[in-house]
Amino acid sequence: MPDVQALVNDFLNKLKKRKIEGSRATARQTAEMLRLVISQQRSPYTNQAGTLIDAVRAVGEQLIAANPLELAVGNIVRRILHIIREEDLSLTTAAIAGLGLSAGSDDEDDTDQDIHPVLSGASLAAAARSTLRPPSLQTLLEDVPDSAAIPHTSSSGCDSEGKSKSADRSSRTWKLKHDVIEAVNELIQDIATCHEQIAEQAVEHIHQNEVILTLGSSRTVLEFLCAAKEKQRSFRVFVAEGAPRYQGHLLAKELVTRGLQTTLITDSAVFAMISRVNMVIVGAHAVMANGGVIAPVGLNMVALAAQRHAVPFVVLAGSHKLCPLYPHNPAVLLNELRSPSELLDFGEFSDCLDFGSGTSSLLHVVNPTFDYVPPKLVSLFITDTGGHNPSYMYRLIADYYSADDLVVQQRPTGN
Amino acid sequence: MGAQRKGATRAEDSDELARVPLQAILLADSFATKFRPITLERPKVLLPLVNVPMISYTLAWLESAGVEEVIVFCCAHSKQVIGYLESSEWLSQPNFSVTTIESHNSVSAGDALRLIYERNVIHGDFILISGDTVSNMSLTQVLQEHRERKKKDPNAVMTMVIKRSKSSPITRQSRLGTDELFMAIDPNTKQLLYYEDKADYSKAVICLDKLLLTDNSSISLHNDTQDCYIDICSPEVLSLFTDNFDYQHLRRHFVKGLLVDDIMGYKIFTHEIHSSYAARIDNFRSYDTISKDIIQRWTYPFVPDVKFGGNSATKLERQGMYRASVVQSRSAEIGPFTVIGNGTKIGSNTKISNSVVGEGCTIGSNVSIEGSYIWNNVTIEDNCKLMHAIVCDGVVMKSGAVLEPGVVLSFKVVIGQQFVVPSYSKVSLHEQPIKQDSDEELEYADNSSGIGELSSIAGTVDKSNGVMSSQLSGEQCQPTDELGTGGIGYVWSICEGSHEEEWRHSIAPIPADKLAEAIQTTEDDLELITQDGSVLPASGELKLDSIDSDDVDNEDSRDDSIDFEKEVEATFLRAVHENIKEDHVILEVNSLRLSYNKLFADCAGAIFYSMMKLALETPHTSASELCNNAVSVITKWKKLLKSYLNDIDEQIEVILTFEEMCLESAKEFFPVFAKILWHLYDKDIIQEEAVLKWDDEKKDADDSDKVFVKQSEKFIQWLREASEEEEGGGGEEEEGNQE
Repeated sequence: MPDVQALVNDFLNKLKKRKIEGSRATARQTAEMLRLVISQQRSPYTNQAGTLIDAVRAVGEQLIAANPLELAVGNIVRRILHIIREEDLSLTTAAIAGLGLSAGSDDEDDTDQDIHPVLSGASLAAAARSTLRPPSLQTLLEDVPDSAAIPHTSSSGCDSEGKSKSADRSSRTWKLKHDVIEAVNELIQDIATCHEQIAEQAVEHIHQNEVILTLGSSRTVLEFLCAAKEKQRSFRVFVAEGAPRYQGHLLAKELVTRGLQTTLITDSAVFAMISRVNMVIVGAHAVMANGGVIAPVGLNMVALAAQRHAVPFVVLAGSHKLCPLYPHNPAVLLNELRSPSELLDFGEFSDCLDFGSGTSSLLHVVNPTFDYVPPKLVSLFITDTGGHNPSYMYRLIADYYSADDLVVQQRPTGN
Repeated sequence: MGAQRKGATRAEDSDELARVPLQAILLADSFATKFRPITLERPKVLLPLVNVPMISYTLAWLESAGVEEVIVFCCAHSKQVIGYLESSEWLSQPNFSVTTIESHNSVSAGDALRLIYERNVIHGDFILISGDTVSNMSLTQVLQEHRERKKKDPNAVMTMVIKRSKSSPITRQSRLGTDELFMAIDPNTKQLLYYEDKADYSKAVICLDKLLLTDNSSISLHNDTQDCYIDICSPEVLSLFTDNFDYQHLRRHFVKGLLVDDIMGYKIFTHEIHSSYAARIDNFRSYDTISKDIIQRWTYPFVPDVKFGGNSATKLERQGMYRASVVQSRSAEIGPFTVIGNGTKIGSNTKISNSVVGEGCTIGSNVSIEGSYIWNNVTIEDNCKLMHAIVCDGVVMKSGAVLEPGVVLSFKVVIGQQFVVPSYSKVSLHEQPIKQDSDEELEYADNSSGIGELSSIAGTVDKSNGVMSSQLSGEQCQPTDELGTGGIGYVWSICEGSHEEEWRHSIAPIPADKLAEAIQTTEDDLELITQDGSVLPASGELKLDSIDSDDVDNEDSRDDSIDFEKEVEATFLRAVHENIKEDHVILEVNSLRLSYNKLFADCAGAIFYSMMKLALETPHTSASELCNNAVSVITKWKKLLKSYLNDIDEQIEVILTFEEMCLESAKEFFPVFAKILWHLYDKDIIQEEAVLKWDDEKKDADDSDKVFVKQSEKFIQWLREASEEEEGGGGEEEEGNQE
């Protein structure tokens, strides 16, 4: 355990010092960290899921506090909590199902089991999920027959089994941890491949001879555009440079090396160019539960320009960027103000910042990193699971997160 | 031993470079008294800067910049520093070790570095920084530059980090409140050639060595840079401090010493940072400026809403307002660029702007706080008014008290009801030390006594807050009267650093009248300068103004020549007493001549002077005996004197010196002047042309000047005749004439 704690501290430090750049890297490292926490967690005989959840929560809380503005950390923590719950549920239901089958001759008689003697773990989980909260679209589509009766006898059923209990438990303990780690591995895999997943859909959205506009630099956007190019689509890209960090310059360079016709413009020229644009494709920092987007600064302006000219505004976001929170006061609370030195040279303006002479300095320099784009300005989200309307976001989020985990803080106190 | 070690490290350098962990020396003591009276009770590095101790900023930066080992040198209040480090998380960081060295008898940075050298803990290049520096710069580039330079030139021992920052043309000080800094830098190699932080403005002149211009193709002179006090040093720096035991101050002695010293040829280079931030808190004004820079996020990521070491969670709200969980009345107004710490209570109709309020403070109603720094657990009752003040931990301000701009209230002071603390006053529970050390390097000096005192007072405070005031006022009647009814503390008199310093270094903005005054003087200066026809450009290539430097030379030359004469005399006397050979004496005198930049004539004069003085000091009864003494000395040291008398001018100089002596310092020679002059001639020390020329020069002089010419009239006449007749050997005759 101490080495895990050391690693956690190390990771916390990195997060605090803002040393990890980009939400994908953060998400991946968070998932790997939590996987380690889970694998090192010793499970007791009772309530393993509870211990695991508590352990992940304890670490997750620290991670979120370390950099509350990097929403991907919280997303992954909640995703993993959700995974643990799901796996636990599926195991429990499977055990009960097994129990029910073996104890079929007993006085308890479940009508459902006769109809569905073998239930897959996934469908069981889905079924169990459906008992916990209103059915999601996915579960409805999966068309699992209603099996609400299954979990109702958990305690009495288990207690009735005497000898085989402990052996069953230990194997279940091991299995739970194993399954959770498997699922987390899958999650890490998903995060790693989200670019490709999104890029696969490029051909459906980018058509021949179109003009695409983007702002700043996003790896997802780059892969998306290149995927379309590889499919022999010929199109042009306008890149707004993305002041003050000018990452658009890097994107333009990258696009040119991949053989795409690229035009670089200033951020302020976006409105002038938008009438020639067929589609705006941008990356995001986070997608909120209401379909609003936390995105690099300047994007709200682009979105407004796109709306004015009825140009589709498409946001690409890996599923790790889906955040189950609602943005309250997003312009301030979810924004990172970076050093003003990115905007102007301290030396040149140092006389304007002299607090000694005169009253107080008249020049203030503010350098916010993010913009909030309200959902009504977004035409389409493309995630690794496909394209979605902003109003559908909450359903997607309901699939990935369980409602109990929205508040990760163990004691939401007001201190 | 130093050289040996140096050689060893250099040999290993190339292969060991990769393995040696990056080290830093952090001086947790500023060795200055600028922050008194606060620093009597708490070391400067632990003073909160936007609610976080200064040393945390420095450590957090070192850690994030990839430094692996930090040696914290604690001197003043070392126990407190060590205690803080132990309670903080800094000692338990992975890949970041913090070790402390404690010392009680170091009075300066120089002493500290000498001690560290003795401990032998530095193994490679290291970063030298003091614990009151805030920065977010990346060290990668400057380290690489330093190492590459070091490989090419082992004498490049130090790289100084500088940052552009214009100083105010009116008050001649930087925004950090330090004096304007002049630096000459070679624009190509970035070598530092000149460093002056205490330039004399009355003359509006700075002097550069002419050699700088001959040695370097171009020099850029800056007065718009700020020294960040972050130095990348090679291990040699430590041994240099050990070799030169008189180096105390890092800049005033070490940097200037290296720049002046051309024998060892050590070089200092500069590295300018552009986008990142670095500054050192030197005085109250820089405390204010840097606090504001932090609030305005120039030091990102070391800002209040990012946890980087011991700070509590605050949230950044609109207009640069940071707030932790605060109990705040609805009608309280919190203005922009304000930080409010955890657990602070704010009453109704209170206005706070541009200020920092610490943790656990209680602020009453109708209080107005503007531009002030309020530390932890301060109680401010209703209707108080604070303008640009620093209020330390545990201070109580009774209702209606007013702090005028620039006030500093040290720990646990109590200000009485309705009392108005006048501007720039400093109030402390400690009495102002009566014995003022003019040397500002002596921060620690009265520490030992200070700590004892503090603990006794702190003890009473802890025991019973209510009783304390009565106890204290019973024991020390004075302080209560000074600060209104119920007030506790001593008001320090301002006189110590002169009022001038106060407004320059205080946290209060410079008052309008001072600004007007300063503007007036600068205008006058400008007129003067424009009359001279030479205005100093802000920064750029500079031509040497020879006239100016000559002026200064003349000023110094008088002192110089007196020193020189004394040195020569001492050398000569030593030679006489220790029987040193003439050749050696000549060598020594020659070296003196070079170091004082003197002519041969000066040497001759000085040697003759010392010879005569020797003759005078040998016991004698009559004038003739004195004369004999002089003759014997002259005969003995003829060779020495002659080696400086190759020219007639030099011989005349000797005669003139003799003349002067007879008139002023050695009147005993007065009667025998002509006789000794003849002996000088006789021993071939002075040629007849010299005597004749001397005579010619004196022809137009006053009678009083001609005393000696008259005295030796016959001798001169004889010389003239002899030269006309081309006949020599009239020695006896001459002697006869004299008598």
